[in-house]
Amino acid sequence: MTGHVEERTDPRVAFEAAKLGVWAFLATEVLLFGALFTAYTVFRIQYPQLFYEQHLKLNRILGTVNTLVLISSSLLVALGVNAIRRGKTRFMVICYGATVLLGAVFLCVKYVEWTEEFHKGLYPGTNIFFSLYFMMTGLHGIHVLAGMCVLAYVAVLAHRGRFSESYYTPVELSGLYWHFVDLVWIYLLPLLYLIG
Amino acid sequence: MSQESTGSRRTYFIVYAALVALTVVTVLVSYVNLGLMNVVVALAIASVKASLVALFFMHLKSEDRLVWGFALVPLAFLALIIGGTLLDTMLR
Repeated sequence: MTGHVEERTDPRVAFEAAKLGVWAFLATEVLLFGALFTAYTVFRIQYPQLFYEQHLKLNRILGTVNTLVLISSSLLVALGVNAIRRGKTRFMVICYGATVLLGAVFLCVKYVEWTEEFHKGLYPGTNIFFSLYFMMTGLHGIHVLAGMCVLAYVAVLAHRGRFSESYYTPVELSGLYWHFVDLVWIYLLPLLYLIG
Repeated sequence: MSQESTGSRRTYFIVYAALVALTVVTVLVSYVNLGLMNVVVALAIASVKASLVALFFMHLKSEDRLVWGFALVPLAFLALIIGGTLLDTMLR
C-alpha cells in the first residue's frame, strides 16, 4: 500500500515534505542549544565580573579563524547545492568534499584551543564560565562531526551518480543542516569569545 | 518554482563577503571598551549574520509561509524559555 502511494507522490511534494522534516528537526536543535543559551544568560547576569575575567583567557584569534573557516564552508555548501541544481555533479562533489575538509580544520583548531586551555589548568569544572564554554563548544563540535559524516556520505552518493538536476533532495537537505551548525557558531563566537 | 529565484552564485559571494566583513568588525569592536554597548553591538552583528545565512544560504527568502513558521516558531519558544527563566531567577 505504501508503495502504491509513493508511486503517485509528486516529486515536488516529496521534496517539500522532506524539507519541512529537516526544518522541524532544526527546530528541536534550536531548543537543544537553547537550553544552554538560557543557562548562559542566567549565569552571565548573575556573575558579570567572573564572565568578563574568564572570557579574556580564551584565544580570540583562533575563535575568529574558526568563524571564517565555518563561514567559508557554508559558502561552499551553497555553491554545491547551486551546482547540482544545474546538473554539475563533479563541482558539487568538490564543494562538499572541501566542506568536510574545512570541518576537519575547524575541529583541529578546536583541539588546539582545548589543549591550550587544559595546559592553563582550565577544565569544565574550573568555574561556571568554563563549564558553559566546554559544554557549548563540545556540543557544537559533535554537530560539526555529525555534519561532516552526512556531507561526506552525500558526496560519495553524488560521486556514484545518484543525484541530478531533477533529483538532489539529500544534497539540499544535508546542506541545510550544515548551515545550521554555522548559525550556532555565529552566536557562540560573540557570547564566549568577545563579550564573555 | 521558487528554487531558481534564489541562489545565484553572485549573491552567494556577496553574502559571503558581508559575513567576513561583519566578523572582522565584530572582533575589532570587541577590543574597544563600550561598556554594555559591547554586548548590544556583538549580538546585533551576530543576528545580522545569522539572518544572512538563513535568508540566502538556507534559501529562506524564497520559502513559503509554512517554512517561515517552522523557522520562526522555535525562536519564539526560545525567547519564551529565556524570558520565563529570567523572570524566575531575577525576581527570586
